[in-house]
Amino acid sequence: MLKRLSIAVAGGLLLASAVAGCGDSGSDTGSGKSGGGDDKITLGFSQVGAESGWRTANTKSIQESAASSGIDLKFSDAQGKQENQIKAIRNFITQRVDVIAFSPVVESGWGTVLKEAKDANIPVILTDRAIDDPDTSLYKTFIGSDFVEEGKKAGDWLVKEYEGKSDPVNIVELQGSPGAAPANDRKSGFADVIKADTKFKVIASQTGQFTRTDGKAVMETFLKSQPDIDVLYAHNDDMGLGAIEAIEAAGKKPGTDIKIITVDAVKDGMTALADGKINFIVECSPLLGPQLMELVKKAKAGESIPQRVLTKETTFTPEQAKEALPSRKY
Amino acid sequence: MTSMLRHRLFWPAAVLVVLLASNLVFSNNFFTITLQDGHLYGSLIDILRRSAPLVLVALGMTLVIATGGIDLSVGSVMAISGALACLLIGDLSNPDAVGPVLLVVGAAIALCLVFGLWNGFLVAVLGIQPIIATLILMVAGRGVAQLITDGQILNVHSAPYRVIGAGYFLAVPVSFLIAAAAVGLTVALTRRTALGLLLESVGGSPTASRLAGIRSRRITIMVYVFAAAFAGVAGLIYSSDVSSADSNAAGNLIELNAILAVVLGGTALTGGRFSIAGSVLGAVIITTLDITAVSVGVPVETTLLFKAVVVIILCLAQSATFRAKVFGRFGTKRAEVPA
Repeated sequence: MLKRLSIAVAGGLLLASAVAGCGDSGSDTGSGKSGGGDDKITLGFSQVGAESGWRTANTKSIQESAASSGIDLKFSDAQGKQENQIKAIRNFITQRVDVIAFSPVVESGWGTVLKEAKDANIPVILTDRAIDDPDTSLYKTFIGSDFVEEGKKAGDWLVKEYEGKSDPVNIVELQGSPGAAPANDRKSGFADVIKADTKFKVIASQTGQFTRTDGKAVMETFLKSQPDIDVLYAHNDDMGLGAIEAIEAAGKKPGTDIKIITVDAVKDGMTALADGKINFIVECSPLLGPQLMELVKKAKAGESIPQRVLTKETTFTPEQAKEALPSRKY
Repeated sequence: MTSMLRHRLFWPAAVLVVLLASNLVFSNNFFTITLQDGHLYGSLIDILRRSAPLVLVALGMTLVIATGGIDLSVGSVMAISGALACLLIGDLSNPDAVGPVLLVVGAAIALCLVFGLWNGFLVAVLGIQPIIATLILMVAGRGVAQLITDGQILNVHSAPYRVIGAGYFLAVPVSFLIAAAAVGLTVALTRRTALGLLLESVGGSPTASRLAGIRSRRITIMVYVFAAAFAGVAGLIYSSDVSSADSNAAGNLIELNAILAVVLGGTALTGGRFSIAGSVLGAVIITTLDITAVSVGVPVETTLLFKAVVVIILCLAQSATFRAKVFGRFGTKRAEVPA
C-alpha cells in the first residue's frame, strides 16, 4: 500500500513538474486527410503532444506545409506518451506510408520499432528532438534547432555591440531548467563566443526555470546583489520578460540601462523587442514544416540527404521585430 | 536563557538570523531599504513580498495538518485561480476598471472554495485518506488549469489586477499586506475563539472529539476550504506578479515547500498542536534561503544541495534528542524529549 502510494505521489509530482522549454510538446489532435492519391506521397507524422504555444505552431506549420506541397499527411498525437508514439509508428508501417516523421517523446527506446520501419523500407525523419540510439542508420536525418548555435548567435551580437570598447561588460545570465538540453547548450554556446574577449564577464548565472516568475525573482536578487549589470542574457523569452518587470521596479530602463538578449522569439518576446525593452532575440523556430516536406520528397525519391539538418532560423533586432510582428504566428 | 533556548521557535528564528547575516557578508547593501519611485525597495522588502504566496499556502496547510490531514492540491488550486482570473480579465471590455477586476478576483476565489469543499467532502464525508483525496485534485487540477489557459501562457494588461502581486499601498507591497491580513485573521480565529482548541482536539483524536460533542466533520471540511481559499489568493498574487497565468509553473511543488514550512515551524505532521507563527517563520526562511542562494552566487548545480543542507541543519538543531546526544555531554542535561 505504502509503496503504491509513494509511486502514485511520485507520478503525480512528475506530472505536475512538467515545465516547458523551447522545444516542448503541444498540438491539436486531428488525423490527417485520408485517401491518398496514386502518386501522392503519404507522410505519417507522430507529434509529441499538446501544451505549449511553440508546439501548436510546430504542428500547424507541418499540417499547412503538407497541404500546400501536396503531401498526404497522416497526423497522430502521442499525448506525451512513448507507447502511443510507438503504436502510431507501427500503424504507419502497416499502412505502408512512404515516409515516417516524428518528434520523439523521449530519447531512448526506439531501436525495435525503427528497425521494423527500416525492414519495411520506410525512411524515418526525426524532427525537433534527437534519439540517443548509436545506430544512425535507423533514421535518414534529424531536423531541428541547434541550441549551441543559438547561444553563439547571442554571443556574436554582444561581441559586435561592444566592439571597440574596452570597459568591462558585466553580464548576468538566466539559465533554463538545470540539465535541459536547451539550457546547457545555450549556456555553452554563449560562453564559447564571449570567452575570446576578457572584457566580457558573466558575474552571476542562475536558473530561472524557463518561467516568467522565476526570471523576475532571480533578476530582483541580481539587481540587489550585483551593483553593476550591463547585460542580461536569458535562455528564453519568458524569463527575459519576467526580468524586465524586475528591472523596471528597480527604476532602471530595460534595453537601455541593461541590455537584454533572449532566445525563442515568441510573440510576447517580439512585442517587447519592438518596444525596445529587449535588444536582441535569437529565434528558435517551430516552423520547420516547409523544410520537412522538402526532406520528405527527397527521402521518397531516394536522394541522399545530410544526417543533420538545421531549422532555418534567424535573429531579430527591434526594427526587424516591428516588421515581423504582424505576421507572427506564435 | 534556557527557557528561550527551549522555545520552539528559537531554532527557526536563529537560522533566519544566520541566513540574513550571511547575506551581509556577500552583499553589504543587503539591509539597505530605499524609496524607489514611491515604494520601498531592498532585499528585505523582496523577502517580505516574495514570501507572501508561500505564507498563505503554509497557513492553510498548518490548519489542515493540525487536524491530522495534509493537502497536496494547493499548488494546482493556485494554478487554477490564476488561470481563471487571467482568462476572465482577458474577456473584460475594460480591464483597467477596478470593479470588474474585483468581481473576477471574487469569482476565482469562489471557485477555489468549491475545490476546498470537494477536498473536505472526500476526506471528512467519504473518509478517504487525505493524501489520496487531495492527490486527485493535485493531478487533475493542473489539467483543469491547462484546460482553462488552453495550454498557453495567458497575458493580461490590467492595472488593478497587477496591484495584487506587484503593487504597493503606502509604499508597502500589497502582497505582503494581504499575507499579513490572512495571518492576522487566522491567529484571531484560532487563538481568540475556541476554534484553535477544536482543531487541536480533532487532530489529536477525531473520535474522542466527536464523542466529546465536537462536530469534527464540519471542522475538517472547514480547514480544507480555508486551505483552498488561501491557495487561491496565493495563486492570484503569483499570477498578478507577472501579469500572466502559466498553468504549468504556477504553484509547482509549492505543496512540498508549504509542508516544509509547517514542519520547520514546529507543527507535528501527526496533527494536534500547531504553531501559526512557526509556519510563517518557516515560509520566510524558505524564501530567504532561495534569495540567499542567488544572492551569494551558489552555482545552479548545487543550489538544491545548498538548500537541503541548510534544512537538514535546521531540523537537526530543532531535534531535542539530537542536541542532547551531541551537546548533552558537554553541558548540563537540558533537553528532554518534547511532547
